[in-house]
Amino acid sequence: MVASSSSLKLQDLIQEIREAKTQAQEREVIQKECAHIRASFRDGDPLHRHRQLAKLLYVHLLGYPAHFGQMECLKLIASPRFTDKRVGYLGAMLLLDERQDAHLLITNSIKTDLSQGIQAVQGLALCTLSATGSAEMCRDLATEVEKLLLQPSAYVRKKAVLTAVHMIRKVPELSDIFLPPCAQLLHEHHHGILLGTITLITELCERSPAALKHFRKMVPQLVHILRTLVTTGYSKEHSISGVSDPFLQVQILRLLRILGRNHEESSETMNDLLAQVATNTDTSRNAGNAVLFETVLTIMDIRSAAGLRVLAVNILGRFLLNTDRNIRYVALTSLLRLVQSDHSAVQRHRPTVVECLREPDGSLSRRALELSLALVNSSNVQAMIQELQGFLESCPPDLQADCASGILLAAERFAPTKRWHIDTTLRVLTTAGTHVRDDAVASLTQLIGGAQELHAYSVRRLYSALAEDLSQQPLVQAATWCIGEYGDLLLEGSCEETEPLQVEEEEVLALLERVLQSHMSLPATRGYALTALVKLSTRLRGDNKSCLDVELQQRAVEYNTLFQKYDHVRAAILEKIPLVERGGSQVDEEAKESKETAQLSEAAPVPTEPQASKLLDLLDLLDGPSGDAQHPRPLDPTPGSALIHLLNLPCAPPPPAPIPNLKVFEREGLQLDLSFVRPPGTPTLLLITVTATNTSGGDVTHFICQAAVPKSFQLQLQAPSGDTVPAQGGLPMTQLLRILNPKKAPLRLKLRLTYNHFGQSVQEIFEVNNLPVEAWQ
Amino acid sequence: MIKAILIFNNHGKPRLSKFYQPYSEDTQQQIIRETFHLVSKRDENVCNFLEGGLLIGGSDNKLIYRHYATLYFVFCVDSSESELGILDLIQVFVETLDKCFENVCELDLIFHVDKVHNILAEMVMGGMVLETNMNEIVTQIEAQNKLEKSETFIFQSPRQDR
Repeated sequence: MVASSSSLKLQDLIQEIREAKTQAQEREVIQKECAHIRASFRDGDPLHRHRQLAKLLYVHLLGYPAHFGQMECLKLIASPRFTDKRVGYLGAMLLLDERQDAHLLITNSIKTDLSQGIQAVQGLALCTLSATGSAEMCRDLATEVEKLLLQPSAYVRKKAVLTAVHMIRKVPELSDIFLPPCAQLLHEHHHGILLGTITLITELCERSPAALKHFRKMVPQLVHILRTLVTTGYSKEHSISGVSDPFLQVQILRLLRILGRNHEESSETMNDLLAQVATNTDTSRNAGNAVLFETVLTIMDIRSAAGLRVLAVNILGRFLLNTDRNIRYVALTSLLRLVQSDHSAVQRHRPTVVECLREPDGSLSRRALELSLALVNSSNVQAMIQELQGFLESCPPDLQADCASGILLAAERFAPTKRWHIDTTLRVLTTAGTHVRDDAVASLTQLIGGAQELHAYSVRRLYSALAEDLSQQPLVQAATWCIGEYGDLLLEGSCEETEPLQVEEEEVLALLERVLQSHMSLPATRGYALTALVKLSTRLRGDNKSCLDVELQQRAVEYNTLFQKYDHVRAAILEKIPLVERGGSQVDEEAKESKETAQLSEAAPVPTEPQASKLLDLLDLLDGPSGDAQHPRPLDPTPGSALIHLLNLPCAPPPPAPIPNLKVFEREGLQLDLSFVRPPGTPTLLLITVTATNTSGGDVTHFICQAAVPKSFQLQLQAPSGDTVPAQGGLPMTQLLRILNPKKAPLRLKLRLTYNHFGQSVQEIFEVNNLPVEAWQ
Repeated sequence: MIKAILIFNNHGKPRLSKFYQPYSEDTQQQIIRETFHLVSKRDENVCNFLEGGLLIGGSDNKLIYRHYATLYFVFCVDSSESELGILDLIQVFVETLDKCFENVCELDLIFHVDKVHNILAEMVMGGMVLETNMNEIVTQIEAQNKLEKSETFIFQSPRQDR
């Protein structure tokens, strides 16, 4: 068999492959054959080349490499035989795309074949060109294709028209060539050519408003073609289930939609026909429904008469009740497209849409979910959320995330009361906690924080929920935060809105301990729990050192040691978080501690995780006021990170290091000095204190200092001590910069100052020169 | 626009793959596997539309499929195509195959996949619908086959050519 296997017939090869019992056997057969094919390609046997390539294409289908056949495609395409060209062009379409070098080489062959005169060959060339033609090839061959639009053969014209569509997509300027022939092409009788022409016109109109305007003139003609299709009797040639060429009808309707959009006159011209199609189309079979749907979408998209619009939406409503699931799917999709523009009309079908949520078919319930979420408004929000919560409990896992975030979003927009909002969020976190987005916890904590009257209620509900289930991380995080904040409310008194709950101090601590120890708890969750424990240490009466649990004792002792140093600030830091503003800006606890309130209204919006500070390109410093630069950062909203902040308290002055101070700026009495500290134990950290002094006769006000460093550094600015540097040597303003230099690169620093002095606003940007090397080495 | 046309059997073995956008070989095989995975999970009584997978998906694309005996015919399309229209198109495709092969079955597709490509190329070109009239398509195919047969007379060989 070895000698003759080089000319093994395709069928025989396939048979051999099928007889292989295992994957390994199949691989063996194929590798053996590919070796023969390779040899045959090398020997250059022209007679059987097409057969070899055909075999290669077969194994390519199964997933085996076939790139060594690429050049053979070229040879086959260049052959005079149709048999060769057929396989060659197929190979080119399957194996070659724009990214291969060989691709461009077929341009000449295509050019030859296009002008060749045998329509089957021209067809092959056009097919390949429209499938894989690159922009360059399209430019080269545009005039050839244009000529073919006038060919006597309808078959060739048909293919040339669609090739033109591809060419325009690749090289939009070619629209100029292919626009003029369209008028003539619209007079064709051949349905294939008409279909292609409509596609071409649609493409042209979508790309250019000028083309759109041009083709609006043809609306009457298009209406005429469509009317002929609709009213002519049963034509065996093109009918599908008794509908005359539904594909062409759909294409025309689509084009009419584009032409009639926002254009009274065109809309008017098509109005009657659309009404006719909408009422007379046979809806017993799929083909008719395809046409009807397209008609409905067109009616809704153009400037149609009001009565017609009502008819259209009602048709969709009817389709929602159809037993055929495909129809229901398309109805839901269509309604989704209309929900923005015709909201009240779609609202009327809300009950049916909600019914579709219960569909076992995942595709349908997904559509129903999207549509339901879009239909939520302030008057139906409670009923809808109820339905959606029910759906959330039983829906397929891939829809849970979307459903959960959809409910939370809708709740945020339309919540009638804060309590309802909290309840809804709680229910979502309990049902689908693992699928909610990361900001859900932050949103909930913000929400609760802002609802003072509901603190007691919230903490009790969250406590009960937490006691039942420790697994849903967002719920656990929110609950532990709440317990930490309002634990005192949990223990004292009762809340009318919940069931009476008698909770002891030890129970709360025990629960938090469980959270800490649970293997299901993420590190962030443990952070929350620790923070809660720490907060409770100031809120709860009684010294928890006497707690029975050794673990807690140990933690309590650890914290106490840490806090002995900073004890004077513990109370202040651990004060209850005041009302947080929407939008994420929170009070800077460090600023509180330093007894200044930072001007947070001008602070940069919503900071991200505490460790990720913004990296600045030295040269991009502050081109606009849009806050590219480092502003004093407010505290991160996730309380878990408060833990890290506690341990990094900057209030203790850094130990002095013998780096000389540097005067960096002087203007009209205002002077800026930098002092440097390299704290021992952290070799990559540099602390710079900027001190501003004013010896002039006028106050410096609205003083803002911003800083920038090269990309490899990390910079954090602390809040300044103030924004005024009083005249005549008054109290200096200080600001701390923390710079991390992991790469130990030479330090470069740029500063930008803005302030008012002597009635003038001043802006200065400069790079700091002569930085001492001890600052970074 | 039609992004891809895939035919595979109930076990996921590909019988035809045609992509109308460039994808690497690996990606193509991944798309086939992923599509099979999505489609084979579907019950019998559900609709024929699926959101696309990760690879060929994206919010604009969907999978429209029909199950005939042992074969899945899957068209991956974007939102510019009519869903119900594509269903009809698949039906026309299968009926045309039936006409060309005379009661087509999976074996025909296996042993004559190149012919299936030729037929498909007469219906869909560059991702766009070219021709939906079955007679037109069949006439063309027969003319091309005749052209091929006429050429084999020139090149005789002891064994019969394919």
